Amino acid sequence: MSGSRLMGIGTYRPARLVTNDDLAKRVATSDEWVRSRTGIATRRIADADETIVAMGSMAAEKALAAAGIDPTDLDMVLLATCTNPSQIPGSGPQIAHRLGAVHAGALDINAGCAGFSYALSVASDMVRVGSARHVLVVAAERLSDYTDWDDRTTCILLADGAGAAVVGPAPNQEIGPAVWGHDGGKAGAIRVPGYGDNLFRMEGQTVFRWAITLTPTVRRACELAGVEPAELAAVVPHQANLRIIDVLVSGIGATNAVVARDVVDSGNTSAASIPLAFSRILDGGQLRPGDPVLLFGFGAGLTYCGQVVRCP
Amino acid sequence: MSQSDILKGLAAILEEVAGVDPADVTADKTFIDDLDVDSLSMVEVVVAAEEKFDVKIPDEDVKSLKTVGDAVSYIQRAGVAA
Repeated sequence: MSGSRLMGIGTYRPARLVTNDDLAKRVATSDEWVRSRTGIATRRIADADETIVAMGSMAAEKALAAAGIDPTDLDMVLLATCTNPSQIPGSGPQIAHRLGAVHAGALDINAGCAGFSYALSVASDMVRVGSARHVLVVAAERLSDYTDWDDRTTCILLADGAGAAVVGPAPNQEIGPAVWGHDGGKAGAIRVPGYGDNLFRMEGQTVFRWAITLTPTVRRACELAGVEPAELAAVVPHQANLRIIDVLVSGIGATNAVVARDVVDSGNTSAASIPLAFSRILDGGQLRPGDPVLLFGFGAGLTYCGQVVRCP
Repeated sequence: MSQSDILKGLAAILEEVAGVDPADVTADKTFIDDLDVDSLSMVEVVVAAEEKFDVKIPDEDVKSLKTVGDAVSYIQRAGVAA
């Protein structure tokens, strides 16, 4: 079996910046409280015209340009999202249509905040077995559509944005085997109830406890890729909360890695957070092509997925 | 394990997780109001205590642990049960 690799990444960040002080005008909170509990200083909130399809398409166009791939060369478009405006239709086919990916299949994947890593794994396997040559993975979210702006425990966290990556063939395997798993028994810990109640709810302590005990699983992703944690050039966990990131990463032993902290400026953008945070480190010029980077998504489901990839 | 050993172990965890001075950790202190341990730090303390004392402290029981003394008693009982 041949290999697969990341060819290019692109992102879209909504124009509107919302500060903690802005939120403190509506709910009882403060900049100091939000920063100390979550690490978040600002977040981007989408306007009406920055839809899942619009943001996803703009991130995708940048990823395609970075990869040097024409939309007509795409065989598949995978959209990771958990915040579609409605259950039907999915947005993946609309993104494929807008891009002009006329030869591609298209579908949505809902794995909450782990969506990008799951979709990347699916894309990689499609390329490796030959059912697709080039796959576009898009992660686009509008958590703000489901935010209860009067719930100070969640409105301070949630944000909007999109990221995308092109996966294509390679002589060697540059997208490491995925580690994945779930605790579907804790499904209620992160939820939008539905049936008329469309507001996001989270049992923060339950989720925090679950997430910080995933460290051995994260190390397993390194083992599967044949990479020592100390060799990692960067670690990009889902950007849920700086406290989770610090505890989760401290147990890995990634002593030489840059740790993504995009959550400070961007809040929690669910599936979009990993490509947004990864892209930011790449743009910072701290990584070279081929450097090993650990991606790890975890969240609603509860479900998680991660892998070690080589920088494009 | 004796109550004083558990108290000492908890004090070490609280120092590492939340920077609490071990001298402040006495049975009558509340985690949140007296020791300034926030809800997420409390989760870290519980996870570390489970490992250190080889006990299980389910989420639904964590809410009842208001004081250091509550936690010491809980850990002692859970340790005996195990």
